[in-house]
Amino acid sequence: MCLGIPGEVVEIQSDRPDLARVDVSGVRRSINIGLLEDGPPAPGDWVLIHVGFALSKIDESEARAALEFLESIGQAYADEIDALRESRID
Amino acid sequence: MRHVDEYRDAGKARALAASIASLCEPGREYTFMEVCGGHTHTIYKHGIEDYLPDNVTLVHGPGCPVCVIPMGRVDDAIHIARRPDVILATFGDMMRVPGGHGSFFDAKAAGADVRMVYSPLDALRIAERNPGRRVVFMAIGFETTAPSTAMTVLRARAAGLDNFSVFANHVTIIPAIKAILDSPDLRLDGFLGPGHVSAVIGCRPYEFIARDHRKPIVVAGFEPLDILRSVHMLLVQLREGRCEVENQYGRVVPWDGNAKALQAINETMELRPYFEWRGLGFISHSALRVRDGYAAHDAERIFDVPGVRVADPKACQCGEVLKGVLKPWECKVFGTACTPETPIGTCMVSSEGACAAYYNFGRFTRDRVREATR
Amino acid sequence: MTGAGLNGNGMDEGVRTAGWAEAAVAEHAHAAPVSREEQVLERIDRARRRKPRVREEAITLAHGSGGKATRTLIEAVFLEEFGNPLLDRLDDSARFAVDGARLAFTTDSSVVAPLFFPGGDIGDLAVNGTVNDLAVSGATPLYLSAGFILEEGFPVADLRRITASMRRAAEAAGVSIVTGDTKVVERGKADGCYISTSGVGAVRRAPSGSVRPGDAVLVTGPIGEHGITIMLARGDLDLEADLASDTAALNGLIAALMDACGGEVRRMRDATRGGVATVLNEVAGEHGVAIVVDEDAVPVHPAVRGASELLGIDPMYVACEGRAVVVVSGGAAGTALAALRAHPLGAGAAVIGHVKDDPPGLVLLRTAFGGTRIVDLMVGDPLPRIC
Repeated sequence: MCLGIPGEVVEIQSDRPDLARVDVSGVRRSINIGLLEDGPPAPGDWVLIHVGFALSKIDESEARAALEFLESIGQAYADEIDALRESRID
Repeated sequence: MRHVDEYRDAGKARALAASIASLCEPGREYTFMEVCGGHTHTIYKHGIEDYLPDNVTLVHGPGCPVCVIPMGRVDDAIHIARRPDVILATFGDMMRVPGGHGSFFDAKAAGADVRMVYSPLDALRIAERNPGRRVVFMAIGFETTAPSTAMTVLRARAAGLDNFSVFANHVTIIPAIKAILDSPDLRLDGFLGPGHVSAVIGCRPYEFIARDHRKPIVVAGFEPLDILRSVHMLLVQLREGRCEVENQYGRVVPWDGNAKALQAINETMELRPYFEWRGLGFISHSALRVRDGYAAHDAERIFDVPGVRVADPKACQCGEVLKGVLKPWECKVFGTACTPETPIGTCMVSSEGACAAYYNFGRFTRDRVREATR
Repeated sequence: MTGAGLNGNGMDEGVRTAGWAEAAVAEHAHAAPVSREEQVLERIDRARRRKPRVREEAITLAHGSGGKATRTLIEAVFLEEFGNPLLDRLDDSARFAVDGARLAFTTDSSVVAPLFFPGGDIGDLAVNGTVNDLAVSGATPLYLSAGFILEEGFPVADLRRITASMRRAAEAAGVSIVTGDTKVVERGKADGCYISTSGVGAVRRAPSGSVRPGDAVLVTGPIGEHGITIMLARGDLDLEADLASDTAALNGLIAALMDACGGEVRRMRDATRGGVATVLNEVAGEHGVAIVVDEDAVPVHPAVRGASELLGIDPMYVACEGRAVVVVSGGAAGTALAALRAHPLGAGAAVIGHVKDDPPGLVLLRTAFGGTRIVDLMVGDPLPRIC
């Protein structure tokens, strides 16, 4: 199924430049970063982990855009529900 | 958990569901296939179908790498594992999958040295620590997993670990989608594209689906709101009369994929002329094998294997389920002869298969459950 | 081979069939084809209720997982030979009267690798497992036996470490180890040390034993910490986390609960192998009720969640060694929760769900996302699902 889980890079190992220490909700593992394009990640970057490899760096601006859409549709829905409630009260 | 919990919010799901419902034309049926078994698992695990209108149906496609491995290949791997000089390593997913004569667990019980690993690199480490044994990694997975196998083979070569080899069963998703699209009895309105495969191959390989088959496809993430949003995007395309490849999972999937990962695959592996998919039959150019240059790490060349095909029982209707022609419970053997304990066909083999997901997570009628959970 | 054919396109040369799969189809061939979903589900239900049969020719690890395979083995092999009214209940302990005294009796074997792990060792498990089986039966644990199977070459220092843990665990639980046995097997015939413990207790106040619609379901603390700790401690996954086993003796906690609302306690189970999901399924099945669980309400340590996400497993199926599932009347849920939380071992207790009448025998989950699904018995151990 290709289980991929986001993890936060906490450390690049100086003795093993192909490995990064990654944290997933308090669980840590050394992850191979040899497949990442555009160079090694920095601590604080988020990567997608699959079978011990970082498959891609998580694009924060893309994540923000996706969440903003979800927020906007949630807001529109909330407004609609509010309007519906008010109309019932009237 | 960041990048996870944000996409599991029930309030936003209700809003998205309302918007999805408003996009559906009354009286029209919408059938979408999620290609990837990971999506199937997410859909059932979170109960996503509860948010979809009755006229939107999700068909669970062939994208579970464990499920589509033919029984004969499992037999071959077990044949290798039985050799006293061999340690066979594979992912936990494979352990219970039965071949013609039992599973890896059965082989282990009978004395074979079979080990579960989290990463192919862990298998390489076993080879490093056991120089006197031959370590075979039973490699499975789509393009998502193939780069990890490739990197491990490259590392084995660099480290001179000649006791490490790969029994390659990597499959490629596009030929399977083509096979499904070419099937005459198929009626789909669009696809949810496999997000993690696409992190490697990018979105361009799907262009033929929109161009030649006039079906929209949205590359989707794996959290429940990713799935709902992707269904939403498909409905918007249909409403606007568009047929395009869109990427809902931009935070992980670059449009052009991961060139470095593709390069690693290409360096170490090549397409097989054809490969058998359980439930779908033989599909041309749909799997990878180790290249000649890395023959020293190719278990298929190192060990003789029986290579005998094992047919699924005729009663098994996985092919129809995979194409969405039958619902899992409409199959003749579903739930009686074919259960997660004794999976007869591909769809029951892993919890990502359509039948196993339905059996494990959805084995009830919706109205009774709605009543109980209200 | 050009084009992408579907099903049987002429590559049948040298094909054989899988005997076991053909046999399974033949065995069910009489089942008439039905089309309506409900009928199919009923047919499955009947198939599931049929007398279990061990299909395997040899024991596999799944038979020890606590899931469906274990259940099948117990029913088809052990109950088949040993069956009697006390055993047939398959409760955590057998309860009976001797000369007017109500007693509870149980046994437990501990096998764990590694023998020592964060939060405890095999000695703690051996004592606490037996104490908890007695406690959830409403008994005050009194006396334990301890049988040791040791492998030739096992370090005496390790044995001392284990016995010291057992003494401390027994003291904490207020029990004495009063009889024992030692066997040594040749090197390679065992994995260091196995311990079998049995225990007797005096039944103080047993749960009513009747679970009804409207009852509340509680867990006494966060789930899955023992199982994940052991997986990590084995080292082959290369994962690290600040986690410790939850192994603990629950008799004090349960006595406090019984003091607070003993008359309202319907059922208690020790959630060990197979995790909370397995216990809930057993309770739903035995009492013919539905159990509806709120995923949001189930307490899970963040690192247990992180490891579960990484490995693709569900914490609901992961073993605990110091957590109980408690069913109380709906009206007593608040009292029971307060009593549990007032005890140090129950600080993380929570009401996780409720009992309904339909669909009988099923555990349903209201997911945090707002959907619904069932929580079934697993075949074997939760396996990493990663590729």
